[in-house]
Amino acid sequence: MAERLLDVTGLTTTFRTGKKTSVTAVNNVTFSLDRGEILGLVGESGCGKSVTSLSIMGLFEDTAGKVASGSIVFDGEDLTKLTTKQMRSIRGKRISMIFQNPMSSLNSCMRVEAQLIEAIRLHNDVSKSEARQRASKMLSAVGIPDPEQTLRSYPHQLSGGMSQRVMIAMALCCEPEMMIADEPTTALDVTIQAQILELMKDIRSRNNTSILLITHDLGVVAEMCSRALVMYAGRIVEEASVEELFASPIHPYTVGLIASVPKLGSGVTSLPSIPGSVPDLSAMPQGCKFAPRCKYAQAVCRQTEPELAPVPGGNGRKCRCHLFGKEEGKEAQA
Amino acid sequence: MSQPIVSVNHAVKTFVVNKGLGGKKYVHAVNDVSFDIMPGETFSLVGESGCGKSTTGRLINHLIVPDSGEVYYNGQDISKLSEKQMRPLRAEIQMIFQDPYGSLNPRIKIQDQIGEPLLLHTDMDPAARLKRVHELLRLVGLGPSHGERYPHEFSGGQLQRVGIARAISVNPKIIIADEPVSALDVSIQAQVLNLMKKLQEQMNLTYLFISHDLSVVEMISDRIAVMYLGSIVEIADKRDLYAMPVHPYTQALLSAVPIPDPTVHKERILLEGDIPSPVNPPSGCLFHTRCAHCTELCKQQVPPMKDFGGGHQVKCHYAEKFSGKSAEKTL
Repeated sequence: MAERLLDVTGLTTTFRTGKKTSVTAVNNVTFSLDRGEILGLVGESGCGKSVTSLSIMGLFEDTAGKVASGSIVFDGEDLTKLTTKQMRSIRGKRISMIFQNPMSSLNSCMRVEAQLIEAIRLHNDVSKSEARQRASKMLSAVGIPDPEQTLRSYPHQLSGGMSQRVMIAMALCCEPEMMIADEPTTALDVTIQAQILELMKDIRSRNNTSILLITHDLGVVAEMCSRALVMYAGRIVEEASVEELFASPIHPYTVGLIASVPKLGSGVTSLPSIPGSVPDLSAMPQGCKFAPRCKYAQAVCRQTEPELAPVPGGNGRKCRCHLFGKEEGKEAQA
Repeated sequence: MSQPIVSVNHAVKTFVVNKGLGGKKYVHAVNDVSFDIMPGETFSLVGESGCGKSTTGRLINHLIVPDSGEVYYNGQDISKLSEKQMRPLRAEIQMIFQDPYGSLNPRIKIQDQIGEPLLLHTDMDPAARLKRVHELLRLVGLGPSHGERYPHEFSGGQLQRVGIARAISVNPKIIIADEPVSALDVSIQAQVLNLMKKLQEQMNLTYLFISHDLSVVEMISDRIAVMYLGSIVEIADKRDLYAMPVHPYTQALLSAVPIPDPTVHKERILLEGDIPSPVNPPSGCLFHTRCAHCTELCKQQVPPMKDFGGGHQVKCHYAEKFSGKSAEKTL
């Protein structure tokens, strides 16, 4: 059995919206990540997948957001209990992050070399020239053809794919045990996306790095991950191995989501879609959050919220639905 | 065979950048592009960012004028028309934009925005206009009560429906949809695509669909043109293009799309490097810097567009080798 690296339990993150009001962006999220595993976190915009990653990184200082309850245990240490200073020695060193938009995540007024050297020297006691050498090595490791030239460049002189490689090099330069990739390829073209995904797989197998891959693209999940979590309205609605998730999705939302993605080469001319849209965080429906859009919804769904329950005989598989296991009811409705 | 509704003939468009010390430089946005769009079909332009697909779309509705070449709409060359001469035609050529929020005025009620094309292009009185707006709102799956609201009160998917309602308000013949679903979530994307399909059947619309997403394009299109660095490298029927792509770029592009099925393991063609800058396009075949099959000939000579019959055209020196067929004619 693989070694456990991260255990998130009951994570709830809220954002203050007024003097006494707040919205809950992430609600009672529980999951774990093993060493060397690529875990997918899928969902549509506003479902809380990025807020989950920011909670793990502790990036809510001086913002309206805060981790209201729950624990994030990373390698035996609860990150929510650490001081800012202690957190700083983990962030970037043991857990690093790749953001969606490489252009706006790099400092546009600093040369690439200065940014990489800064990241390396913050966590390692090395001289500037050693750090520069290491930066150059990192850049060639992420497939940049001319590292010396790139080191001297400013971010605006690099293409999107190149900047994302620099971001990945920066995330890797302290050999982290875990990487959070928040939509790492969404801003890139498909041919460049394919390059970056290959690179991430390669890093995983070389360094046994765990990757939490946040994306809205089910195709990317199917190709990269071994396990995936599906989020809806701040909650995990289904957890399963990728094979099971795509072969036999259980939660009606997952079913609808997978069906609504056009598949290349399938020749379909119309798509099943999920009616309605995602509920507003400040006006959540009572009961199951998906009930207003669910064609199987019954009275119980509208009144009480279902728990994320293990699926019998499902090998760690979980689902948040009242109707699961009561197939008769589903069929009667359908 | 019927007449094409839009016909683009060797259109070229360059933009000036950097009038600095080094003298003028040009971005070759659209480089010798030719294609026809038939009435009632969905013709798609696909390609990566900066390949000139949006510029091509704008050439067709006269938002920009080609430097050379012609754009015909129903047999009439519109590339030489003045703004004023173009205006009556604008009702027939409508557009749907990528960012639904950015394309609506935040201070104007939805019903007035949908009604604006009616105000410009028809002589309806206010009551008739409002009636038509309500009809349109129902047609795109919204209700008359939505007309009283402002754009910020809507979700992205609903706003895109408003954008569609506005585009169809004056009964256009052709709609240019520039990445209409790229900003939407997948569950909403499917709703909007289905709506566009339904309207096409009801109103006998022709679409020029511009997108970077090959899976979406496959669902909506009849014919597809693949663009790279401002020129079309392959045009084919949907079925031909996905079943047997001929141009090495099309093959790589299709193989790069992640498939949402973990049991499928396909051979991926990984392209080396980035797209070259359109300010300084490569000599010969524009794709030669990234092509695995590149030869000396590719570096020196621009390949001709070859027609393989059935509307399948490929711009590659070795198209015969890749397709296993001989070209019917060279264009």
